[in-house]
Amino acid sequence: MGFAGHVTLAAFCQQVLVGLSRTTILFIVASGLSLVLGVLRIPNIAHGSLYMIGAFLTYSLVRLGGGGSAGFWMALLAAPLGVALLSFVVERGLLCRLYEREHLMLLLFTFALMLVFGDLVKMIWGADYRSFAEPPFLQGSVLIFGLPFPRYNLFLLAVGPLVAIGLYLLTNRTKIGKIARAAAVDREMVGAMGINVSWVFASVFVIGCFLAGLGGALVAPTQNITQGMDHAIIIEAFLIVIIGGLGNIWGALLGALIFGLTDAVGILIWPQFAIVFPYMAVVVVLVFCPKGLLKSIW
Amino acid sequence: MSPPGMRFKSAGFAFAALAVLFLLPAVLPRYYLYLLSLVLVTGLLATSLNLVLGFGGIYQFHHAVFYGAGAYVFALMLMKTGLPAWLAYVSAPAAAALLSLLMGLICIRLSKLYFGMLQISLGSLVWVVVYRWYGFTGGDDGLQGIPVPGALSSTSGAYIFVLAVCLLCLALMYRIVNSPFGRIFQSIRDNPERSAAIGVDVRQHQLIGLVLAGAFAGVAGALFVTVEGSAFPEMLFWTLSLEILVMCLLGGWLTFWGPMLGAAIIVVLRTWVGIYTDYWTLILGVILMLLIYFLPDGVLGRARKKKTIENPVAGAGKV
Repeated sequence: MGFAGHVTLAAFCQQVLVGLSRTTILFIVASGLSLVLGVLRIPNIAHGSLYMIGAFLTYSLVRLGGGGSAGFWMALLAAPLGVALLSFVVERGLLCRLYEREHLMLLLFTFALMLVFGDLVKMIWGADYRSFAEPPFLQGSVLIFGLPFPRYNLFLLAVGPLVAIGLYLLTNRTKIGKIARAAAVDREMVGAMGINVSWVFASVFVIGCFLAGLGGALVAPTQNITQGMDHAIIIEAFLIVIIGGLGNIWGALLGALIFGLTDAVGILIWPQFAIVFPYMAVVVVLVFCPKGLLKSIW
Repeated sequence: MSPPGMRFKSAGFAFAALAVLFLLPAVLPRYYLYLLSLVLVTGLLATSLNLVLGFGGIYQFHHAVFYGAGAYVFALMLMKTGLPAWLAYVSAPAAAALLSLLMGLICIRLSKLYFGMLQISLGSLVWVVVYRWYGFTGGDDGLQGIPVPGALSSTSGAYIFVLAVCLLCLALMYRIVNSPFGRIFQSIRDNPERSAAIGVDVRQHQLIGLVLAGAFAGVAGALFVTVEGSAFPEMLFWTLSLEILVMCLLGGWLTFWGPMLGAAIIVVLRTWVGIYTDYWTLILGVILMLLIYFLPDGVLGRARKKKTIENPVAGAGKV
């Protein structure tokens, strides 16, 4: 692959599509992180571990289902639910006792969770990487701009907007969403209105972690499922949330777009340093708007 | 393994402890000297973090970047230039301080958690460049076989040098914490608004603190390369930053010697546990959870609190 001058328009457009399907995963994971950050004010470092657990669970469930389409759908639903259940147990059992403490302690607690989850995954699934194929109906590729484009990526492109709309409806049209947004602004006031803030926090935390698991489940067929997945995704998700504006779902979408597209285009321009481009974009954004592009709800 | 200089009852005891530390190479096997050097380097790193975290109240979440910057600048100067080694030892903290100043100027506009997350973002850019730039930094392989000066290439030589430099840095940091600057720094931690109201330039003091902490981390980085003979990108990865944070928490971040104690416990425990199991991070995670629940002031913080309750005058106002 050469430098920008040699890249055809078709190849460029295709790369943009690849970037957009990557954006979908990033958005789903980052929006969950953003939700938890916005309402609970916890930078949940274990979010990346939950993404990794989601991917490993999907692998096991697909294997259990025999690799067919039905098994894939089942895994796509069950793996995030499993992650949500795990996060529910952790939140009610451990985390909810710490809400009165400083942010630093909460941050360190989620770091402890990341350490524990990392080794638990190693115990359960072993240190080797895992991979499995897409379900039969999403295998192969279709021609777009005269170039082959994986069917599964098209599927991802369809899922992204669905999740975004679902989150919008959840936060704006449902009672729990409205309460959660109110709790993000003033938790004492919400408590004074007779609402059990602790359970609001639990629900938001579980929904956020569900999204981490969903991201992991969706990404699982496209790459090797490895031990280091958690480290890679969490830092990207954090960057996305920060450039978008903490706690803002649309900010997470915008941040994911910036991150995914600069990464994809970077591969065309300078393959070896492609990974540097999104980080550069983040730094440029932050030097000019240190609080992110969209309004933070903090 | 008590850290050097822990609140001595008398100067004589201090002198004796120092003498013992410097004479250890005569009796201790090489492996333990190496381990002790690692404890000192890591302790220096944790203490430098605590300078801004514990005494400045700044959420320095990505301290490892300055450690790694010092290590890489030192290693690259020795490998790629013919300049004398002492210049590399001076350049490492200078480069780390400069990086700290640059990042500080961008981050200082924000406070607390936002500051920390912005710092992680900027630090990750530095990490990613080091991680990918195979031609210059060796990429994810790191740098091996760094030509450390002959006198320091033996385990005991490196130990004596590390011990001397660490003691010097610790003495300097102790002076800084107890200087008028250090007092103002602590007042900013306790109440930034009130400090600003009595005429303290909060941001300027915080920036100076950040630069100093970065410089000492850079020294630790150069010392690590001296001991290990290599540098690798994990040195500036964000998980290391959080591990140093855990050391400060474990020892007690409102005390001066806490981070050194915390680093000693973690380094020794990791080495010891590593003999029996591969699941060190699981154990570290559980230790961290227990700390957060039961010992949030750290070992030394707890000890001092107890002392303060028994004898309020003795414990008050000391660090």
